[in-house]
Amino acid sequence: MESRIFVLLLIAGLILATLSGCGTNRVVQQDGERPAVIEPEVARRDISIGDIDTENFEVGGFIGMMSVEDFGVNTVIGARLAYHMTEDLFVELSAGRADTEQTSFERLSGAAQLLTEADRELTYYNVSLGYNVLPGESFFGEGRALNTTFYVIGGVGKTNFAGDNRFTLNLGLGLRLIPRDWLAVHADIRDHIFDIDLLGQSKTSHNFEAHIGVTFFF
Amino acid sequence: MRKLALSLLILQLSMADSGFCAERALAVVIEDPYIELHSGPGRGYPIFYVAERGEQIEVLKRRTDWFKIRVRHGEEGWVNDTQLARTFQLNGEPIELPGYSLADYGERRWEFGVLYGDFGGANVVSTYGAFSMTENLSVELWLSDMLGRFSNSQLVNVNIVHMLFPEWRASPFFTLGTGVIHTEPKGTIVATTDRTDNLAHVGVGVRTYITRRLLFRAEYKTYVVFTSRDDNQEISEWKAGFSFFF
Repeated sequence: MESRIFVLLLIAGLILATLSGCGTNRVVQQDGERPAVIEPEVARRDISIGDIDTENFEVGGFIGMMSVEDFGVNTVIGARLAYHMTEDLFVELSAGRADTEQTSFERLSGAAQLLTEADRELTYYNVSLGYNVLPGESFFGEGRALNTTFYVIGGVGKTNFAGDNRFTLNLGLGLRLIPRDWLAVHADIRDHIFDIDLLGQSKTSHNFEAHIGVTFFF
Repeated sequence: MRKLALSLLILQLSMADSGFCAERALAVVIEDPYIELHSGPGRGYPIFYVAERGEQIEVLKRRTDWFKIRVRHGEEGWVNDTQLARTFQLNGEPIELPGYSLADYGERRWEFGVLYGDFGGANVVSTYGAFSMTENLSVELWLSDMLGRFSNSQLVNVNIVHMLFPEWRASPFFTLGTGVIHTEPKGTIVATTDRTDNLAHVGVGVRTYITRRLLFRAEYKTYVVFTSRDDNQEISEWKAGFSFFF
């Protein structure tokens, strides 16, 4: 049954691809029987600059490691959506989740549990403003060049962890490799800063995350 | 089978979306002495090709203020909007680029933004979407997340915003609205329950056009929460952030 659904999806994809303009005839037919005296070099097309495809959005996912203070280093997965306002500035909405492990105290003491299993899951979302710095090319061997840019990024958001929602600042640095115009590979380091009062007194915790991701421009 | 089908579908869609379909290209002729092709959509990417006046080029796609073009020899590169503006179409008419200027800001329809600030002592992160009905008047839908020491809240509200001088670069505005707030006291505080209340607010603020599609916005609102207790609760909020318009 499921494979049928995917076959249907495939057909729908093919139809979409056809409708979106692939395979339409490039040659514009001349009207009438009379042979043209001068062949125009290029067929006129009724396309205005407004019809040009704009690709300012970037969507994708990432996977990496997140160090949650006192709760170990764990796998984090997430998704991001960015909108590029200018060649320098972009806004990004991202969300991620990680399962954390026991603290050393919990492991050593044997019985004491600080958190329930459900509270050990960390989820976050944030909205950030990014600024592209150091755009340029990187080279693989002799003949291959790849567009790259670093970016600095920072923003605000919310982290749900240990049974509470916590206001979170994030600051980070990323590298965007652009092998194709529509494809980018990211490597990011991000610090998630929030206050936590789980262990008696309130303290500011720094939770570093390093991840790699793939995004598509559309 | 399932994975294969899914990856094929993704491949199809990405092909449909990406440069594989080059049909929708616009042909223009260069009017400047020359134009420079960068390897990427930004001034920092190196120039690797120069096309001369009179040469015909095809415009393939756009990212922010950069256009991907193809020259006759098949080289593809990125040209910025100021250079592309100095080309003309095959019918001889100058090209008109849809720009994002202060004038476009006056004609905007949709606007989205993210603001951060203080809501009665709690941190607040808000997003909003706005639709302009006239130059002065717009309606807005806000979603806010308030994260405080003693409680967390979510707020949904609708606003009417009146811009006093929409033609000014920095324009003050008034706002009036209503909404619903849901508050969850933190677990450490005893004998409290979640509650949902209606509220109304008035506010003042300023919006400043920065560049392209980007605005800076700062505002102060005072809320009256219609609680089920004897007294209504008054909360003041300030916040600032960025928005962009379409």
